[in-house]
Amino acid sequence: MIGLTKKLRSIGHHVVDAVWRTGYAARFFFLILLYSGTSFQRFRLTVKELFSSGVMSLIIILVAGMFVGMVLGLQGYETLKRYGSESALGSLVALSLVRELGPVLAALLFASRAGSAMTAEIGLMKATEQISAMEMMAINPIARVVGPRFWAGVISMPLLSALFSAMGVFGGYVVGVVLIGVDQGSFWSQMQAAVDFQHDILNGVIKSVVFGVAVTAIALFEGYDAPPTAEGVSGATTRTVVQSSLAILILDFMLTAFMFQGD
Amino acid sequence: MDRTALDLWVGIFVVAGLAALSVLALKVGNLSSYNMSETYQLQAYFSNIGGLKSQASIKSSGVLIGRVAMISLDPERYEAKVTMNIDKRYHFPKDTFANILTSGLLGEQYIGMIPGGDTELLKAGDEIKKTQSALVMEDLIGKFLYSKADEPKQPAK
Amino acid sequence: MPPQALVEIQNVNFAYGNRPILKGVNLSLPKGKVIAVMGGSGCGKTTLLRLIGGALRPSSGQVKVDGQVIHELDHNKLYLMRRKMGMLFQFGALFTDMSVYDNVAFQMREHTDLPEEIIRDLVLMKLHAVGLHGTHHLMPAELSGGMARRVALARAVALDPMLIMYDEPFAGLDPISLTVVGNLIRRLNDALGATSIVVTHDVQESLKIVDYIYFIADGVIVAEGAPDEIRSSSKPFVHQFVHGEMDGPVPFHYPGGNYQQDLGLRT
Repeated sequence: MIGLTKKLRSIGHHVVDAVWRTGYAARFFFLILLYSGTSFQRFRLTVKELFSSGVMSLIIILVAGMFVGMVLGLQGYETLKRYGSESALGSLVALSLVRELGPVLAALLFASRAGSAMTAEIGLMKATEQISAMEMMAINPIARVVGPRFWAGVISMPLLSALFSAMGVFGGYVVGVVLIGVDQGSFWSQMQAAVDFQHDILNGVIKSVVFGVAVTAIALFEGYDAPPTAEGVSGATTRTVVQSSLAILILDFMLTAFMFQGD
Repeated sequence: MDRTALDLWVGIFVVAGLAALSVLALKVGNLSSYNMSETYQLQAYFSNIGGLKSQASIKSSGVLIGRVAMISLDPERYEAKVTMNIDKRYHFPKDTFANILTSGLLGEQYIGMIPGGDTELLKAGDEIKKTQSALVMEDLIGKFLYSKADEPKQPAK
Repeated sequence: MPPQALVEIQNVNFAYGNRPILKGVNLSLPKGKVIAVMGGSGCGKTTLLRLIGGALRPSSGQVKVDGQVIHELDHNKLYLMRRKMGMLFQFGALFTDMSVYDNVAFQMREHTDLPEEIIRDLVLMKLHAVGLHGTHHLMPAELSGGMARRVALARAVALDPMLIMYDEPFAGLDPISLTVVGNLIRRLNDALGATSIVVTHDVQESLKIVDYIYFIADGVIVAEGAPDEIRSSSKPFVHQFVHGEMDGPVPFHYPGGNYQQDLGLRT
């Protein structure tokens, strides 16, 4: 009986804790938006973060995009060959990249490359009292430290995702046309006939912006909320990767259902 | 990292990203193949549009000349009202046929325009009177079965 | 003590959740003086600084700085007040992604519209004042512990604050750096006409440089006095603390029950 009460109490405690944390996260997100002025008035701060989140993720995005496109070309060809429609390879590669794989995989890579770095950086700034020091200097750390990182992430994400897709299409072209020998003309024309600018490309961009918001917001919150110890920061880094990956996949399902339903 | 070197790298990153986006838009997508700003609208009523969707292509002699802008059900006629955006460069006679066709056996559905011989041309906002609905597989099979049933039985020998 | 006090702490209580940290603390910090707040680890010394800086609110009582009650200030006024305060954190808390120069220049750039040439002169002056001229291009990771503390000190006084707070300024320093930092605290205070509060558990060093000392134990002030009074104090706690004796009012053993009984021996 006592064991049961104890169990119930601990469940209740966890629920209250989760709700409390959700509220805290929402308030944090609101504060980021409220103090975003600094990120744009002093755009240099954001440019600096664009370097560390965007430019530093460039190599992994380009290489991964290339190989994903090559795999798509190979697998797509094997499957399409059975139905004698190898010419549709271009549209298969491009559609899967632009609609899904580009935004989703680029965001997953971004979460583990830049998101975890953001969490670790902010967590360490907190652990070494740099955040407190800033507050004591009458400088709002959310405006000065968090905001520029957030906007840099939101700006980087669609660009990285576009680069990923473009590299992927190139990779698919290399495998499909150059190596296997699918007709070049039908590769491109089928692609252009199937991919619609508004419906596919623009929706892909919207997706990646949403993912950018989600990943950076999670990464920054986890860093800001991390216990100021070594274990605290490493735990927060792990949580960032896990939570933002889940968030990306769940959001992707919701956005896909919303964007590509019906028509 | 030096200030200018950092700026340079961020600049390269942004330019490359935008370039990739425009490659996607122009080379991969179909943004280059038609220009939405120079279009005029036509309407047509169909008793059945089958699987036609908005953004579906409109072709004449196989050439893309426009896109379906909107599909709705006319509440008085109980027919599907299809609004089409047609490229300004192309004009069609009043007695043009609008047919809903299928590309390939199982492909997407599109509207095919077959020009008539009228000297008067369709103006923006006009209605195409002569239309032919989509072929629906169930109807086809149904018709085929009925016609088989109606055929006089072969006299037994 | 002169009546004019820059910081007045009146009957302040503070608790983290159910755990009381400060219980009715009264303390005053006269203008121009350097005072030390001493006590064992975890006795609420740092909490006291956070209360003065407005990072925490007292459960009851009030903290007055320059005649204003800190926890009644709104966000903007609190930030204006903080511009007049400098704080040296326990391990310096230098911004690790910026050079020494940018660290010291940080507040000047954020809070003033001074042109870069003037900021440069000011930064070099501040660095010279802490004896680190020529280090401006280094990154914090390239500094020794003592140097980092001095850079942090230069940063803390960057805007010539009226109140300087030191959180364990001597922690983890070698004897030479310790003397250097101790002397800097005194000299900067007198040169800037500021007022300083040093939170520390380093008795010998602070006895050399401060004007007045408070002892905190278990959230209450147990002793206070000028350095000479403290040195010759016969109060058992102060005596133990000053001379670093192992056993005394602060026991060596954690109150962990009967040891012999736990070992299974008869008592």
